[in-house]
Amino acid sequence: RKFELSEELKAYKGVWVIVEQERGKVHTVSYELLGEARKLADKLGVEVGAVILGAPGPFINEISGEAIAYGADVVYTVLDAALAEYRTEPYSKVMTDVVNTFKPEIVLLGASTLGRDLAGAIATTLLTGLTADCTELDISPENRSLAATRPTFGGTLLCTIQTLAYRPQMATIRPRVMQMPERDGTRTGRVVEVTPNLAEDIFVTKVLDFIPDSDQEEAQLAFADIIVSGGKGLQKAENFKLVWDLAEVLGAEVGASRPCTQAGWVTSDRQVGQTGKTVRPKLYIAAGISGAIQHRVGCENSDVILAINSDPNAPIFDFAHHGIVGDALQILPALTEQFRQRRLVNRKAS
Amino acid sequence: MHIVVCIKQVPDSAQIRIHPVTNTIMRQGVPAIINPYDLFSLEEALRLKDRFGGRVTVLTMGPPMAEASLRKAMSFGATDAVLLTDRKFAGSDTLATSYALTSAIRKLHEEEPVDLVFCGKQTIDGDTAQVGPGIATRMNMQQLTYVAKIEDVNLDSREITVQRRSEGGVQVLKSRLPAMITMLEGSNSMRFGTMDDMFRAARTPLKLWNKDTCVDDEAKVGLKGSPTVVSKVFVPKPRAEKAKMIEAEGGASAQAAAAIDMLFTTYPKLANDLVR
Ligand SMILES: Cc1cc2nc3c(=O)[nH]c(=O)nc-3n(C[C@H](O)[C@H](O)[C@H](O)COP(=O)(O)OP(=O)(O)OC[C@H]3O[C@@H](n4cnc5c(N)ncnc54)[C@H](O)[C@@H]3O)c2cc1C
Ligand SMILES: Cc1cc2nc3c(=O)[nH]c(=O)nc-3n(C[C@H](O)[C@H](O)[C@H](O)COP(=O)(O)OP(=O)(O)OC[C@H]3O[C@@H](n4cnc5c(N)ncnc54)[C@H](O)[C@@H]3O)c2cc1C
Repeated sequence: RKFELSEELKAYKGVWVIVEQERGKVHTVSYELLGEARKLADKLGVEVGAVILGAPGPFINEISGEAIAYGADVVYTVLDAALAEYRTEPYSKVMTDVVNTFKPEIVLLGASTLGRDLAGAIATTLLTGLTADCTELDISPENRSLAATRPTFGGTLLCTIQTLAYRPQMATIRPRVMQMPERDGTRTGRVVEVTPNLAEDIFVTKVLDFIPDSDQEEAQLAFADIIVSGGKGLQKAENFKLVWDLAEVLGAEVGASRPCTQAGWVTSDRQVGQTGKTVRPKLYIAAGISGAIQHRVGCENSDVILAINSDPNAPIFDFAHHGIVGDALQILPALTEQFRQRRLVNRKAS
Repeated sequence: MHIVVCIKQVPDSAQIRIHPVTNTIMRQGVPAIINPYDLFSLEEALRLKDRFGGRVTVLTMGPPMAEASLRKAMSFGATDAVLLTDRKFAGSDTLATSYALTSAIRKLHEEEPVDLVFCGKQTIDGDTAQVGPGIATRMNMQQLTYVAKIEDVNLDSREITVQRRSEGGVQVLKSRLPAMITMLEGSNSMRFGTMDDMFRAARTPLKLWNKDTCVDDEAKVGLKGSPTVVSKVFVPKPRAEKAKMIEAEGGASAQAAAAIDMLFTTYPKLANDLVR
């Protein structure tokens, strides 16, 4: 097996992020990735490139500006009517061409439905390595290659994967795993316009319709500042109300462990963890959750974790910052009541 | 109609344990199952077979013991099964895996043209979701991932209409056969096989293929054909300290008060968010 880069592949330079925009809306994972790309590019001493694909439109300029503010040095806008809605065929065709033309050494995408669909296709046309669902990215000092770390077997182990003899090196990263970078409106960058001239009739798949989810339907869990989560320790569906009550006084979102969503105590879009959402709130209150690894990977990036569990040896106390050993059925209402009182005092004071 | 369903045999991850000293995965005694996501695709394929006739071939690449998963799939109603097994395939990453599977699908296609390939949305062990798109790209098939519902199939015009989950909504896509589809979990539920299917599953000989049967370029499979290199496997670092316990005499309300005091003094910025 060869691990050395050929001379031709050594010419690949720069760290790219494919900016996901659908109908003018940018998926925040793209900004999170620009923050990561900035760190990698600074270590390598190269530029950060952002690629924006879509139909020509006024919002493209705005998105280019945002990409620069979040860390890009150069923005490639790839614009064509055939790229208006995401479809695998035209997107992978133009991305393959753009990569072959500009030769970036690293290409990052969000592990979203768009990112996973596109990454799997272009890694195959480019015949290169693709590491899925990474939680950590770094540059290996020995060979300047991307060291992409991802959980395996549900997070019980981690592995670091490298693509040594092929370029570009590709990776997808889950939303909310990386920190949102500071927006810097004073940054400047170049815009390179690419006009692919696609003939719509060569593309077989057509988008007949798009049915948006209603906003209320999707819990805004991933972006909540405060989350109160309940687990199987609450014992029955009715007791989950105690979680909702505390969330209400705190203006928080409600989360849950998998057994609770499976039992139908709460809807499945509120599940936190490996097969649910990754969250990173300022405060995560976990009540009656044991802290299994599949739950942990979804919430351990929270700034502060406060766990309530009746078992002093529950694994959640291994990664929570603060713990209360006690009965969640009593402590949750006590917290709700006392927060309510403090809020009243606070209101009167102001 | 000829449908190929790719299934992978995986360890039942709920029961995986890590050896406390060597940090390696202890697979002994862990039951192997069909990747749960693949069952949604298999069921959808069987429904199309019920409607249009034809056959469903299940295909897996794996060790000889993966035969059990193929027989299980036949007991649900799959027509026949191919086990692609060869020492040379060991260590394949997703690029090499999609190459090997595509080689087998091409051979099946020569026997009888393939209209649809189904893959699972992802597996529960490798969990990359990359093999399906790899196969579609190599076969030059239309790629339809995260399909929540197949609305319509028209065998005369060879058109297919599906609902595809995307960020923030559902796309309704009109496409054409041949296509590669991955089904979303929960889109259907696996049937119980009939008695006939169970007998057939036990008796029908499998097609046992190896690299010589269908793979043109040996350098594209196994470790050699894999651009990714696993450079390190390790246990997540435990957090340096355990949780600081909040203790107070006087039951739940005293504990709650102590917790709130702690939050407000330790994280003054958070206090604003909490009582805003
Ligand atoms: C492939 C796979 C994917 C998975 N994905 C996820 C995922 O995304 N998210 C997820 O959460 N799980 C997931 N799981 C499940 C996970 O392994 C655990 O089973 C689950 O997280 C446990 O939920 P729990 O802590 O609520 O319940 P339990 O493990 O039953 O724990 C209940 C806890 O409550 C405590 N308790 C009991 N009574 C009280 C009380 N009165 N007051 C306070 N505490 C009390 C107990 O001490 C215990 O610690 C997955 C599993 C697999 C195999
Ligand atoms: C812990 C771990 C991490 C890994 N990380 C990576 C990585 O980041 N990048 C990488 O390139 N490789 C990776 N690999 C290797 C990869 O898992 C293998 O190539 C594997 O054969 C297929 O990938 P998958 O399990 O992720 O399948 P997915 O791509 O998640 O599978 C999707 C579907 O493809 C079909 N399919 C997949 N494998 C088979 C098969 N053997 N036979 C029949 N159908 C199949 C099934 O329908 C399946 O539902 C990893 C392996 C492990 C064990």
